[in-house]
Amino acid sequence: MTAPALELKGVQKSFGRTPIINGVDLAIAQGERHAIIGPNGAGKSTLFNLISARFHVSSGQILLKGEEISGLEAQEINRKGLSRSFQITNIFPRLSVYENVRCSVLWSLGYRYSFWHRVSGLKDVRERAEEIVEKIGLSRRRERPAGMLSYAEQRALEIGITIAGGADVILLDEPTAGMSHSETRDAVELIRNVSQGKTLVMVEHDMGVVFGLADRISVLVYGRVLASGTPEEIRGNAAVREAYLGADAD
Amino acid sequence: MTIAAPLPGEHPTISRLTLRRVAVWSATALVMIVMPLIFNKGFALSMLSQMGIAIIFALSYNMLLGQTGLLSFGHAVYYGLGAFVSAHTLNAIGAGKFNLPVTLLPLVGGFAGLFFGIIFGYVTTRRSGTPFAMISLGIAEMVAACALMFPGFFGGEGGIATNRQVGQAWHGITYGPQIQVYYLIAGWCFVCMIAMFALTQTPLGRMANAVRDNPERAKFVGYNPTRVRYLVLCLSSFFAGIAGGLGTINYEIVTAENVGVAQSGSVLIMAFVGGVGHFFGPVLGAMLVSFLQSALSSYTQAWLLYFGLFFVVMILFAPGGIASLLAVHVPAIRAGLFARLVPGYLLAAVALAVPLMSGIALVEMIYHLEAESEAGSAFKVLWISVDPSRPTVWIVAGIAFAVGVGLFLFAVRPLKAAWQSVNAELQARGGV
Repeated sequence: MTAPALELKGVQKSFGRTPIINGVDLAIAQGERHAIIGPNGAGKSTLFNLISARFHVSSGQILLKGEEISGLEAQEINRKGLSRSFQITNIFPRLSVYENVRCSVLWSLGYRYSFWHRVSGLKDVRERAEEIVEKIGLSRRRERPAGMLSYAEQRALEIGITIAGGADVILLDEPTAGMSHSETRDAVELIRNVSQGKTLVMVEHDMGVVFGLADRISVLVYGRVLASGTPEEIRGNAAVREAYLGADAD
Repeated sequence: MTIAAPLPGEHPTISRLTLRRVAVWSATALVMIVMPLIFNKGFALSMLSQMGIAIIFALSYNMLLGQTGLLSFGHAVYYGLGAFVSAHTLNAIGAGKFNLPVTLLPLVGGFAGLFFGIIFGYVTTRRSGTPFAMISLGIAEMVAACALMFPGFFGGEGGIATNRQVGQAWHGITYGPQIQVYYLIAGWCFVCMIAMFALTQTPLGRMANAVRDNPERAKFVGYNPTRVRYLVLCLSSFFAGIAGGLGTINYEIVTAENVGVAQSGSVLIMAFVGGVGHFFGPVLGAMLVSFLQSALSSYTQAWLLYFGLFFVVMILFAPGGIASLLAVHVPAIRAGLFARLVPGYLLAAVALAVPLMSGIALVEMIYHLEAESEAGSAFKVLWISVDPSRPTVWIVAGIAFAVGVGLFLFAVRPLKAAWQSVNAELQARGGV
């Protein structure tokens, strides 16, 4: 029996006296596409920030492939194969699209803090970066500064930066927020494509995206997991319908 | 059977880019070799030497400010300490305690700079932004205070004097004549420029830019931003130390001023005036500021005032520095539209001359009254003889200044219109 890709045990987080996450237990199997849904302020983004060590947990344990990661720094967790995107676009605005992606593959290919390699001469870096730029559909925007891209393009780049390092556990925070219908459709295709063979955890508000992509869904309400199960189970769960989905589910 | 225009592939672009770079560097080397043959007077030669040192120092500073987003108020610490250690080493060589060719002395300065970079940088780079700037200022003040507390090393008020003509002459190179010192500086300057440019093209150099843009995201692609900043600062202090070592050879004296805040401010101004957003920006800034520092100061006592005004004007109207002023013209020149801008620039330049000259006249007259209150009041402003004791001169200069400013504001309008038409045309042609 392999360890879950990601496991949370009794995770709690308070800011001052305000508890935001009240003991979350969650296990996400390897290769699973898992969506976390819940009303605004339920703590979804905070949960992501805890897993990726943007914040540190107040108590509880987080395990990545069976290994405890709570207490590590963000970059250390990233090097262990967990990568995340951000709800508010978080890119390198003055660097070109290609540079953004290239910076994101360097560590994973072992170049670390090297100041003795000429970066444009590194074949593996170039091939990997070009493959990612192609994959996120920004080949024609390759040399443009990332800060000058359209919103949807920046969101695609956000995903590109997240997957470039080859992490096998990927956290996407509202990847389709603020997108039009057609942009959302493209983004879903992109996510489906890039998450193949990987473990995907995503926070998402768009129920079409959630039910279209996710193998399992967890519902977070007031910092607790209200329910966790397959899309059918979640659809049929009375407590979830009452707390969150309301009449829209029908 | 061509299907479509090939996409801008990596390989042809790279070789063309490499070719262009080789051309640029060769031209740079050529200019450095030829310059002292054209400007061969003693004054020009020492100014060129000063420029070479300033270029290394300013480029090393821009590794922090432009490349990594670290605003340092204490970069002279590494320059100055490199210079002091070089001076002591040079004296030890002179005393026969130690043997090292003077040609390699800048390396001693470099390693001294690196040594102190490793120590101080560990403290300063824990933080970025304003805290980094404040801590760098604190370290600068601390080292400046040490300079007074430890006269044995820093030489007290007089500094450490030294003599560069030590060791055996090699093929007649004694570093006695300034021209030999110039070529030593030029050689090191060239090597350091290439090395610092090459550094921008390495994984660390690229990540420095990433950390500058968004330190948080750098963490989430596996990099520790503190480590990136620290490594860049260490490398940058190495180059600052080389500049310091060359300073020791060139001036044959190192004083506490060399580690002081004024020196740190001077390199900041060089980088900023030149333009921190382009690699070659600080090179231009270093040359211009060195020129102003030595040329302007021999013409007028008020040179610091002009220098300060110039800096303020640059910050206000060209925050990207000279480099970005040049860069904005590149698309227009490529599209062959530059000719449209020329009349506007000429008109603006002519209109600017009036307030500029009358302003200089006013400043010089005030200075003249303050400095030399004794009789014999007539003196020359530029080439015009004026007598500040006559009120008409003041009235004329004042009116000329006021009218000139108005005239200038009016005269830049055609230039603005020309720019608008050029930009519109560029956009219509599909440029960015």
